[in-house]
Amino acid sequence: MNQSDFLKVVLPFKDKVFRLAKRLLVSTEEAEDATQELIFKLWRSKEKIADYKNVEAFAMTMTKNYCYDRLKSKQASNLTLVHSNYQEKETSLDKKLEYRDSVNQVHLLIEKLPEQQKIIIQLRDIEQYDFDEICKMVDMKPTAVRVALSRARKTIREQLIKKHNYGVS
Amino acid sequence: MELANIEKLVEKYLNAETSLQEETTLKNYFTEGNVAPHLQEYESMFNYFAIAKDETFTKTLKLEPKKSKKRNLKWLSVAASVVLLVSVFVGKQQYDKNLQRKEAQRIYAQVSKGLELLSTNLRKGEQAVATLHTYENTVNKILK
Repeated sequence: MNQSDFLKVVLPFKDKVFRLAKRLLVSTEEAEDATQELIFKLWRSKEKIADYKNVEAFAMTMTKNYCYDRLKSKQASNLTLVHSNYQEKETSLDKKLEYRDSVNQVHLLIEKLPEQQKIIIQLRDIEQYDFDEICKMVDMKPTAVRVALSRARKTIREQLIKKHNYGVS
Repeated sequence: MELANIEKLVEKYLNAETSLQEETTLKNYFTEGNVAPHLQEYESMFNYFAIAKDETFTKTLKLEPKKSKKRNLKWLSVAASVVLLVSVFVGKQQYDKNLQRKEAQRIYAQVSKGLELLSTNLRKGEQAVATLHTYENTVNKILK
């Protein structure tokens, strides 16, 4: 597998890797570094991935594990996540959307979900993978995935309603 | 899409029982505007999902920075060993030169000491000869 073959395989899902990394690590720079690192890892094991049927699912699993490791090492070294570039993204969202407040709220609400639910909602509602793929990526049973997803969706909805009502009254 | 149908789908959606197709239907309905007031919260959700998918990785991917780093290190060690070799060589030369100079100085001192000795002895001889000369002159005068 040479470089251009490799890029052909990797480029279609690099954004998905980046978005998942960002979902978990929050900061854009962290997510960029993570994406870069993961692409190296894939490149280094390029002989192996030539045999895989679904490199994308493999990459997503790697991303998940890598981000977990990053988060763990952060907790261990007592560093907090950097939110410095968070505002920037908000403004670009602002421009795009009329309903910016409630839409931004969704972002914040997802951030508050447990890691596992974050990943699943990212993979399903944003990247639109089907359940079989998600099961493989997160290494969970289909029912467990559905339960987590349902919980995440319900939580977001309830919180949105709560916020909305609060604003009205 | 009828509202009743959407409501049914939303119910399924919350229980995570919708298929991807049904979720696309929901997405289309909620991102087009014209959302029924009691379903407004879904509008923000689906709009957010749509926007979140637009974010892309904008940096260029580099495939082999690790290797170049290694190569740098390799070159660095080569350079360091060359510098070490050169400095040892030059140092050795300088040391030898220094030794030679010291040796030369020592020999020079010895030689000049010897020469001095020789010259003082010669001078002694000269004086003796000078006395002899005076003596000879006097003898010649008397004999005349």
